[in-house]
Amino acid sequence: MSDATPILEVNDLASGYGAARVLFDIDFSMGVEAVAVLGRNGMGKTTLCNTIMGLVPAIGGSVKLGGTELTGKKTHQIAALGIGYVPQGRRLFPSLTVDEHLQMLVKGTKGHRWTKDAVYELFPRLTERRKVSGAALSGGEQQMLAIGRALMLNAPLIIMDEPSEGLAPAIVDQLIDTCHKLVREGHAILLVEQNITVATAVADRQLIMVSGRIEAEVDATDLMNDTDAQRRYLGVDSL
Amino acid sequence: MQWIALVAGWSVAAIFAAWVLVFANGTPAEPLVSQPGDFVKVLLNALTIAGLYFIVASGFTLIFGLMRVVNLAHGSFFLLGGYIALEFQKLMVGKSRNILGDDVGVFDWVIPLLLAAMIAGILGLIMQQVFLRWFQGQDMRETMITIAISVILADMMVSWFGGIGVDIQWPGLIDRAITVSGVRYSVSRLFMLGVAIVVGVALWAWLQKTRTGMVIRAGVDDTSMVQALGINVQLVFALAFFVGSALAGMGGVMGGSFAGLAAGVDGQWLLNSIIVVIVGGLGSLKGALAGSLLLGVVTAFAPSYLPAGFTNYSIIFTFVLLGAVLAWRPYGLFGTPE
Repeated sequence: MSDATPILEVNDLASGYGAARVLFDIDFSMGVEAVAVLGRNGMGKTTLCNTIMGLVPAIGGSVKLGGTELTGKKTHQIAALGIGYVPQGRRLFPSLTVDEHLQMLVKGTKGHRWTKDAVYELFPRLTERRKVSGAALSGGEQQMLAIGRALMLNAPLIIMDEPSEGLAPAIVDQLIDTCHKLVREGHAILLVEQNITVATAVADRQLIMVSGRIEAEVDATDLMNDTDAQRRYLGVDSL
Repeated sequence: MQWIALVAGWSVAAIFAAWVLVFANGTPAEPLVSQPGDFVKVLLNALTIAGLYFIVASGFTLIFGLMRVVNLAHGSFFLLGGYIALEFQKLMVGKSRNILGDDVGVFDWVIPLLLAAMIAGILGLIMQQVFLRWFQGQDMRETMITIAISVILADMMVSWFGGIGVDIQWPGLIDRAITVSGVRYSVSRLFMLGVAIVVGVALWAWLQKTRTGMVIRAGVDDTSMVQALGINVQLVFALAFFVGSALAGMGGVMGGSFAGLAAGVDGQWLLNSIIVVIVGGLGSLKGALAGSLLLGVVTAFAPSYLPAGFTNYSIIFTFVLLGAVLAWRPYGLFGTPE
């Protein structure tokens, strides 16, 4: 699936917190497609996101975005190079209204695909709530805003960390639709999930993460049909 | 418990009102019914001094309240700003002593004010970039560093500008009094209130309506998330530090014109700012406004409406205010729990 020049290329990436190493030899690359990183709690999925974003320094290896090395760069430089980040737990700003979340990122969006209006068009629900504080939104609305905020960077790559966490099933379906739409629009999506249904619905390629390593790469349909693998990698008994 | 606080609050207000209205015989101002003119003057004193409190404390609430940098050198930038403006005024007027209102045109005051605010802002920015940037969130280190800087600056200012109190001269245009229906009042004090209103509106608009203001508020909520959205938050915080210190310097010019500059004034204004921000609540512009007004009312009314002979104790009421507000709302009037 990967193009000749991958959007994201991760080689031998290692990182951790102080003396505690969390990630080992992470290797993968992706083009304009959705790729899921699937694993149980505590396997290093969020650390992988934080390391790519420069929020946790890499100990070794490299991360390249469209050929540009990211390790060693500051977080704001990495994001500006072209990564829209949707963090675990949304991390909206309680002091800002919905509209202000988008307004603060409006600079440079003119003439690009994602402007404030385009985000409101994608999530009409947010238009109705534009004057409301980010903290007063429902879980689904919060997720829409977190995604919309990331889109405002007009980045080729979107990283989503556990976006389905705490959402009602109907809202999760909308989230899956949104991901499909974004891939059709030409975004690459790196989706980090522990929910196998969401991960397989969004992406064909499933990177299975166990104890800070990518243990295997499997195809979504294969994984869905292989309950053995599900139990082995993810500890899920059934769907 | 809420109604007890309400009853207590209204009782205190009612007793205060009754005292000022009819019972305040033998005080410097006399009761309102017999000396209404004095009441108006004291009220105007309260409002105008509140204006100056607000200018200085709004800078403090930007740095300490919003960015949570413990900047105990805020008063030093106040005093330094005042001295710098005085030096520029001497240069512009061409006299080094006995400057009178007639010597000072509007620009001989406004340009020193702008230069002093600018220099105080730049010095604050340098302090933040050189010393404080590395210790974000480490209150104890910030405290020690800024105390050290304020002590050094205090000594340097005595050696540079002398230990004797000096005044910045208001421009002649506003250095006079007007009389409205029998009440004479100083134009320069009213001007101070006007400047405070302009500063307040401008700051509010900056924080609420501009993208920079939104980034500052977002950065206070979650610094690393703002960075993950491609924004260099350090740049924005540096700007906020500049503005906060410039406001201290600007306050120093107004305070130096209104009450004079002397060694020790720096500590006094640091204390004023801390009281305003604690009473109003950390990081809230509305809180800084409310805190300034309350402190202004207390500092203007206590010395005028305490019985003559007891006016020396008026400073105590500042702490009564602080204690009462903290007992009622431990996070300040507009503060929110962490």
